[in-house]
Parts: sequence; structure tokens; C-alpha cells
Amino acid sequence: MNYISVRNNQTIPLSSIPEMDYPAFFELNVFTLLKSNTSHCVNYFGSPQPGQIRLTCCIGDDDLGLIHLSSCVVTAQQVLPSFSKHHLAYEKFERELHENFGIAYADHPWLKPVRFPFNAFDKNSSIAGYPFFKIDSEELHEVGVGPIHAGIIEPGHFRFICNGEQILHLEIQLGYQHRGIEALFVEKKKLLQRITLAESISGDAVAGHTVAFVNLWESLCGFQADKHLQWSRTLALELERIAICTGGLSGMCTDVAYQLGSAVFGRLRTPIINFFQTWCGNRLAKGLIRAGKTNFPFTPALKAGLNNVLNDFEKDFEEICEELFSLSSALARFEKTGVITQQLATTLGTVGMCARMSGVSRDIRSSHPHDLYWAFDHQPIIKHHGDVYSRAQIRKEEIRKSIRYIRKLLEEIPAERNDRSSLSSPGAGSFTISLVEGWRGEICHCAITGDNGELIYYKIKDPSFHNWLALAMAVRNNEISDFPISNKSFDLSYCGHDL
Amino acid sequence: MLNNLKILFHQGKQYIPDITRAQVPGIFRGRPVISNEPVDENELMDLCPTNAILSGPLAIDLGKCIFCGECAFAFPGKIKFTTDYKIATNERRQLIIPEGQGQPIELNPMLIRKEIHQYFGGSLKLRQVSAGGDNSCELELNACSNVNFDMGRFGIDFVASPRHADGIVITGPITKNMALPLQICYDAIPQPKIIILAGTDAISGGIFEGGPAIDRSFLSKYIIDLYVPGNPIHPLTFINGVLDLIKKRH
Repeated sequence: MNYISVRNNQTIPLSSIPEMDYPAFFELNVFTLLKSNTSHCVNYFGSPQPGQIRLTCCIGDDDLGLIHLSSCVVTAQQVLPSFSKHHLAYEKFERELHENFGIAYADHPWLKPVRFPFNAFDKNSSIAGYPFFKIDSEELHEVGVGPIHAGIIEPGHFRFICNGEQILHLEIQLGYQHRGIEALFVEKKKLLQRITLAESISGDAVAGHTVAFVNLWESLCGFQADKHLQWSRTLALELERIAICTGGLSGMCTDVAYQLGSAVFGRLRTPIINFFQTWCGNRLAKGLIRAGKTNFPFTPALKAGLNNVLNDFEKDFEEICEELFSLSSALARFEKTGVITQQLATTLGTVGMCARMSGVSRDIRSSHPHDLYWAFDHQPIIKHHGDVYSRAQIRKEEIRKSIRYIRKLLEEIPAERNDRSSLSSPGAGSFTISLVEGWRGEICHCAITGDNGELIYYKIKDPSFHNWLALAMAVRNNEISDFPISNKSFDLSYCGHDL
Repeated sequence: MLNNLKILFHQGKQYIPDITRAQVPGIFRGRPVISNEPVDENELMDLCPTNAILSGPLAIDLGKCIFCGECAFAFPGKIKFTTDYKIATNERRQLIIPEGQGQPIELNPMLIRKEIHQYFGGSLKLRQVSAGGDNSCELELNACSNVNFDMGRFGIDFVASPRHADGIVITGPITKNMALPLQICYDAIPQPKIIILAGTDAISGGIFEGGPAIDRSFLSKYIIDLYVPGNPIHPLTFINGVLDLIKKRH
């Protein structure tokens, strides 16, 4: 056995991750561990060591609910055979390794910059000099969009190559949002600063990323979260899923010019995020989730309030859904637009809604459950067409399911504890991995501590990191006028990708 | 058609009739009030993740505060966050709330350029630029135009092109990678134009202040017309701040 298997949020000594030479590491992570569709790479990163780079690969095994870890030490000067040549799902991870550490890959299909980080290996690289793919032809034209887009949306550059109205190729260049957040996790020493950073990774997935961080941190510190904390975190994740998916449906209506749907879904999000404010004083749940404690224990008054919010929400939500999902003018825009087939989804290694829309069952809530997801026996919602319509349907059904889960949670609220022990310091020389199914999909945080228990490396992976390439592939052969609806239906994070 | 009318009827009136007097639900953390109770100031200052608590006299800088409320939990007799969401101002100094002060935060009329009301009093078109924003302020700026807050009724809208805009709304701490696009966008807006900083990250950098991937040199070149604190900003804070900026003064 040349790998170690851990459960979600399990802390192990760093030294227990088997280290091997690159050919063995390659064989293991490209062939042995990825034999079946129910295994995929949840994270693959390099951590700096003096003069060397330690590569750690984390393969999630959905059947066993385990994560298989292995590692390999390389130097930047080495030219390595790429994993991506055999499994395209590794392409972004290897590009990141190339960009951060200068690792050269002999046969990587698309070895381009990822996000132009402040600490890039190549100090001369600049975001203005991105090497776009080009086709020389008199029939084709290019359309460049961004980094600043027409609406209130984060920056990124989209470069289309079109044949008339038809998209032949789209290349998405990101990095404009890069804030150096992983380095700041190590640099900022106070726990509250790190939680604040976790809340800022992606402001539309505050619950997702903050739960990933606090679960990881508590595990590092040997702290077992009690039922009330776990309950609050589960509730926050499901409320966030309802809120953002509802907002997503509103945006999708906007992009097919269905004004009533846009207005009604848009306003339906308001009572859900206002409930967050009633609970914790912030509409996007910043301040709600804390490691080892909560500042906002759930009260019976909140329970009554949330029940009312959900009852009112459900009535109006079902009414507008019935209208939208039988409205031929909207469905004509949704159906067969922006398609990702099951085969392509598997090749690209998509996660979350973007995987489930194409018939790929990937959901951390059922495969690597954390907090109170054990109790739900969650069955992922699967669609098969991989088009905008599937993405709309998934949102509708996710919202319904989240409402069911929340009602179940409200049946029995574990009592708030007054006797919690305080958090100790993280253990020395440890490694922890934390997976959370945020509304977008699989969030993964990894941490490594040094000899004195201090944090020496922090790695964040937002689900968008897997899924951006799927958007670029989905719009091929579509009309360029269908790009906005495809983009909105994927609803990927720029800052979560750029970090 | 009938179905649409039925939906409209069931939705009822969703807009907030008087946006200047609306109450926020729940326990919103708005303008803080700091009592004169003696506390261990060092302990209090050390608590803050963004160094927003200043000493001599003890004060909270809302331009740096991320409204986590941890100080109020640790020192409940000393610090209280009120639900007063009208915390936007055009004077950076006013965002520093010293102990013992309970007055509302207001705009300083002396600092408002004369042409702002003249040109923008009835119509203000804004171009938003996210420069490292985490998409929370962006969501709330979008919410300003939804059917609940309906900022468009005051003639205030977000537009797609800087050429059509009267000003720029910046969110995020301003990353190095966005510094140039931000400058290009600002330059493309015709004169006269205003700058609004929305959210703590934009006003001070927030948790990213002094970070290695941040470049805030753009801000040192221009006068800022409105600071809107929040993490994220509340739509009511933004709308009321902008209305205050463009209203008629005697």
C-alpha cells in the first residue's frame, strides 16, 4: 500500500503520507486510483520545501467515503510527464504547479497561466500578456469581453473565436481577482483573521467555505464539534443553497428576457437572506460560523420565524416554477443550450451541480458526509441532458430538497452547550483535509502545520476550479447570443478561482 | 397571461415604500456606540481582526471594521452595534466613531461639489467595477435594483458602459491584476464624475490591507465622493448614502 486513506476532516501526521518517486506517484494517481468513475482528484498541490517542492495528491473515493493521499518530492528543474495527458481533469492543477513553482511538463496539452499570482515563479509574467489561442482565417473573427463585464459581476476575460454568430472556441482568462488569500492564511496569525479570510474566499459561498475552514481547524486542534454546532452549520449550508439557487434562477430568467420570473425569483431570495440577518446580523451569513463556538445559538423564536419564511417561500416558489418550467419561450432558450455530455463531464472532472446535470453522481453530502449530513442519507439529484434546462431543473429540485432538510432539522434542535472547552492549538506536523458540498459543489481545504503546530501551508480549492473549463467547452457551436444564459446557468466563482 | 396576472396578484406590493425610514429586520450590525466604561484597551484592540479599533481616544474605524461583532460579544458593556444603517459619508474622518459619541453619521455638505446635485440630482448612472471584491458587495449592489429596494425609482441605475456613466462604484481591495482595467474604466467616464467606495474592502483594504497582491495607488489620485461601509454593504446603506449625496441643499 503506497497511499494512506483518510476520512473527511481527519487529521494525520504529515509524515504518514507515503512519499515515493515520480514514476510511482504517476502510476498510482493516473492509473491505479482512478480506475472507476466514482473516484476523482479532489485536490493536487505543491507545498514548498527548501530547494524542493512536495506534491500531494488527494483522490476522493466516493464508494468507500475515503480520500487517498500520496506524495512525491520534486525540484523545479525537472521536466516531468504530465498527469493531464491521460486525465484532463488534472490540467488546471498542473498548470497551477507550473505557474507557482516553475515545474516543467513535457506533454501537458495546455500549459498556460492560471491566475497570475503575486508569488508566481516567472516574475516577468503579467496578466496583460496572456497567450491566447489563435486561428488564422479570413472567415473567422474574435470577440473579446471583459475583464469588466456589462453587469455588476466580477472580472474575467472571455475571448471567443466565432464563425459568424457561431462560437468555435472560447478561452477564459482569469486571475483579476487574485488577492493572495492562501498566503494570507499563513501570514495572519489570529484565528479570527483566518475565519474572516475564509468568509471572504467567495462572498456568495460564505457558509460553504467557512464551514470547510472551521471543520478543518477543529480537527487540527483535536476539538469535536457538538451537535448544536454541527446542526447550525448544516442549516447554514442548506439556507445558502436555497438563497443562491433562487438568485440563480432569477438571473437565468433575466438572461432569457423573462422579466416576471426575474423579478419573482429575485424577490424570493430576499426573505431567505433576511433570515440570515435575523439569525446572525448579516444577510450573507458573515459572522455566523466560528471555530469551537457560536455567537448565535438558534432559539425557539428563530425556529418559528424560519418555519413562516419557508411556508411563504414555498407557495410563491412553486407557483413561479410551474409557470417558468411550462413557458415555451423560456424553455426554447434553455433546452439543448450549453451542453456538457456525461462523457465530457467525466473527462473534465466537473463537480457539484455541473457534474450532476450531466449524469455524474458527485455530491460530498452523500459520499463524504460531514456535520449532520449523516442523518439525511442524501441521494444526489441527477439530470442527464447537461444543458441549461438541466441546470435550471437541478436548482429547482435542490431548493425543494433543502427545504425538506431544513424542516427535518427544525424538528429537533440540539440544545446549545454552555460547557464547551476552548480550542487548543493545532497539533505539530499535521495534515488535515476538509470537504464540503457548497451550493456550487465540492469545496476542499487542506492545511499543513509545522514543528511547533503553526500553520505553514494552506490550500483552498473552490468547485469553480474544476468547472470553468466546462463552461468554455459547453458554448462551442452555440450562438454567441446564448453565451450569457450559459454563463449564468454555470454561475461559477471568479474570486473563488483566483483566491 | 392569466397565470402571469395571478402571480403578480399573489406577489402583492414588494417594494419598500419609504426607503429613508425603512427598518432592517433582525439584529443588523450598523453604527456602533461605544460607552465610556473603562476596559482593558489592549485586550479589546488585540481582538479585532482588521485593526479597526483605535486608541486615544478609543474608537472604531468603520472604514476598517468588518462588522463581525466579536468586540461587542467580548465587551458587551463597552460596545454595542445599533441597527442604524445610515453609515455612508463623504468624509473619511466621520467613519471613526470615538467612545461616548452617539450622533448619526452624516455627509459633510461643505465637501460636496456644487455640480453634483445640478447634474445628477434627478438621474445618476453608475458603472460598477469589482476589483478583488468577493461577490458579496456585488450581490448587494445588484439587490439595490431588485423589486424590494427598487433604486431605479430615484433615477439611480447601474449601466453597462463607462461612456454612459456619471461615476464609478468600486468594490474589493483593488488587486494588482485589476489596477489597470480599473484605471481604464475610470478614464472612459466623461466629466464630471464621482467615485463611490462600496464596502470595507474598498475603503481600507479590510482584511487584505497591506497584502502582497493589492495595489491601491488608484485611490490616492482622486477625491472620493462617498464611502459606504459594510461587509457587505446593506442596500439601504448604499441607497440612502447616494440619495444624500445628490439631494438638493440650500
